Amino acid sequence: MENQLPAIPDVITQIPLTNYVLLASILFVIGIFGVFTRKNAIIILMSIELMLNAVNLLMVAFSAYRSDPNGQVFVFFIMAVAAAEVAVGLAIIVMIYRNVRSIDINLLDKLRG
Amino acid sequence: MSLITLIPLFPLIGFLINGLGYKKISHSLVAPIGIGASVLSFICTVLVFLQFKETGETIVQPLFSWITVGGFDVSFAFQIDQLSILMLFIITGVGSLIHLYSMGYMGHDAGYGKFFAYLNLFLFSMLLLVMGANYLIMFIGWEGVGLCSYLLIGFWNKRSDFGDAARKAFIMNRVGDLGFLIGIFLIVKQFGTLEYLSVFEQAKGLQVGDISVMFITFCLFIGAMGKSAQIPLFTWLPDAMAGPTPVSALIHAATMVTSGIYMVVRSNVLYTLSPDTLEFVAWIGTFTAVLAASIAIFQNDIKKVLAYSTVSQLGYMFIGLGVMAYTSGFFHVITHAFFKALLFLGAGSVIHAMSDEQDIRKMGGLWSKIKITAVTFLIGTIAISGLPPFAGFFSKDEILAHVFEHNKLMWALGMLGSFMTSFYMFRLFFLTFTGEFRGSKEQKEHLHESPSSMTIPLMALAALSIVGGFIGFPEIFHLPHALADFMAPIYDNSKAVFAGFGEVHVEHSTEWILMLTSVAVALVALILAYVLYVKQGSRPAADGEISGIKKWLADKYYLDEAYNAVFVNTTEKLSVFFGNVLDTKVIDGAVNGLGTLVGLCNKWIGKLQTGSTGFYLILMGGAIAVILFLNMGNELLESLNHIFKAQTK
Repeated sequence: MENQLPAIPDVITQIPLTNYVLLASILFVIGIFGVFTRKNAIIILMSIELMLNAVNLLMVAFSAYRSDPNGQVFVFFIMAVAAAEVAVGLAIIVMIYRNVRSIDINLLDKLRG
Repeated sequence: MSLITLIPLFPLIGFLINGLGYKKISHSLVAPIGIGASVLSFICTVLVFLQFKETGETIVQPLFSWITVGGFDVSFAFQIDQLSILMLFIITGVGSLIHLYSMGYMGHDAGYGKFFAYLNLFLFSMLLLVMGANYLIMFIGWEGVGLCSYLLIGFWNKRSDFGDAARKAFIMNRVGDLGFLIGIFLIVKQFGTLEYLSVFEQAKGLQVGDISVMFITFCLFIGAMGKSAQIPLFTWLPDAMAGPTPVSALIHAATMVTSGIYMVVRSNVLYTLSPDTLEFVAWIGTFTAVLAASIAIFQNDIKKVLAYSTVSQLGYMFIGLGVMAYTSGFFHVITHAFFKALLFLGAGSVIHAMSDEQDIRKMGGLWSKIKITAVTFLIGTIAISGLPPFAGFFSKDEILAHVFEHNKLMWALGMLGSFMTSFYMFRLFFLTFTGEFRGSKEQKEHLHESPSSMTIPLMALAALSIVGGFIGFPEIFHLPHALADFMAPIYDNSKAVFAGFGEVHVEHSTEWILMLTSVAVALVALILAYVLYVKQGSRPAADGEISGIKKWLADKYYLDEAYNAVFVNTTEKLSVFFGNVLDTKVIDGAVNGLGTLVGLCNKWIGKLQTGSTGFYLILMGGAIAVILFLNMGNELLESLNHIFKAQTK
């Protein structure tokens, strides 16, 4: 091993990594469930955010347990991109609302075969 | 621009002027252009001959490199040697006379300009055929004459049976041409080139009886069977008489039909190398000669008799080639060109006088009415019957002498054919020119001698038919055989591969006997015809009244019917089956089935496309789950197993 990573502080290891993984999985599944079951576009958007944040949480946890700051930097990038994405998504939703007077995604079935 | 190139160029220009300006050129200009092209070619031929005579060396005149693929190279070149010079003389000489004749014969025809354009195009193709320096150029000419033959047989295309005759000729020739083409491919495979000189040079190194050469020669001969109307591909030639008479004379007697013989003489080395093919050629020739002659005896159409006679004479030429007497075969080509062109033109003159009547049962007593035609026709008849000293006697006799040495049975059959030839020709002559006139009143009043543009060629050809044989005296007369001496260099390669080439081992006494026999046979046939048709005055029966063997012969051995039954019907049946069953049911079924299948897919899979985003998301999630399970399913199952075991302890 060339770049020996510094040892993990004791404070952190008091909580096992498995807990983080479990929490992130639960959040992610909740996000998926939201996306699949809700009809409101904004709720779906929120669910997507939830999934993103679950992944972010996982990433932070791993980087902390490896004492590798790269992961934490990446998390900030992901947040920035997610924010931009949500802005675009919301803009689209606004346009849809102006056209259809509704943001129920089940009404948007112009593409059916 | 050398003289050699000019020879085929003139007819091509003539064709272009008359063909493209068909609507614009005035009636009086058409014939001078057509005839001029032909005569200029003839003059060039004479000049080239004079050039060639000085050295006697083969001239190869390359125009341009035509096809170059890898190591394979075909040049567009003309080759002038003894053989092509002789052919050029026949084509341009006899061709010019026939062009001149056409001016009178076709003068009142609506398609006058078209006719001359086609004739010039034919001349051009035929010149390419004999001048080319390789097999590919020969093949261009070979196809070109086939095309012109088709155009000219169907010249009066208002009548559908003439069109059928044209198509029949074209299609039958296609069958032969396929063989010719395969032969060319085999030559490329074997020798890697198509240029005559190098092919024959390489062929010299092969053994007699070489199997690949046997296949090559056999395939080339199939081509010759089609063009030169041998069994089994000869039935198109009699039908070809649907075309105007000058066409029958030029194409179906003097030039195109001899291209097969030209091809064999040109490839004489290859044929000398394969005795098996030669034997086959000789027998085919023999059967053709006898069969066609026997059919001719009972024909009542003046042109049909001459057509079968042509088939029969071509058979004699092939017998000559088959017994390795190439010169004799070619000698017969020359003499036959003279007297057969003469006979056809004479027949045309008779038809002209009889106002388009071709049935000899309605003629008779024309001797005093159309004197020039009658006399020239008689000369042609004597020449073809093999009575000395006219042209046909010398060439036919030479062939038969060679055949006698080769195979006695073949010789006997040849003699039989010779007897029949003499008989049907004199039958034709007597029925047409002697006795009482049997036609209608109008025809009788209309009888008149043809214009001079038609009689001059007749007289010229008659003169040639009289003296044409003197270029090849038999050995026993101790006179020079000019033709054999002239053509000798062509056979250098054959001499190299076959030790005894060209030697005849017939005793002089035997040769005298043979000669006298053939003259006697011809004379007996003449007398028989005279007794039957002049003394007894018997006439051919009407179509419905003949029976037995006569009917069998008059109906051409039912060959046409047999071909119809075997080939035409099978093809029709097959095409009906393919067209109505295979195509509609199987092919269309498959194609439409594909379409229906796609339609069905659309119907079922299209239901997935609900347009609802939620449904799509569920599909996506499900798909991801499946992929994950496929990738990590085993680990999942294992861990579950692990947990289960831990629980059940």
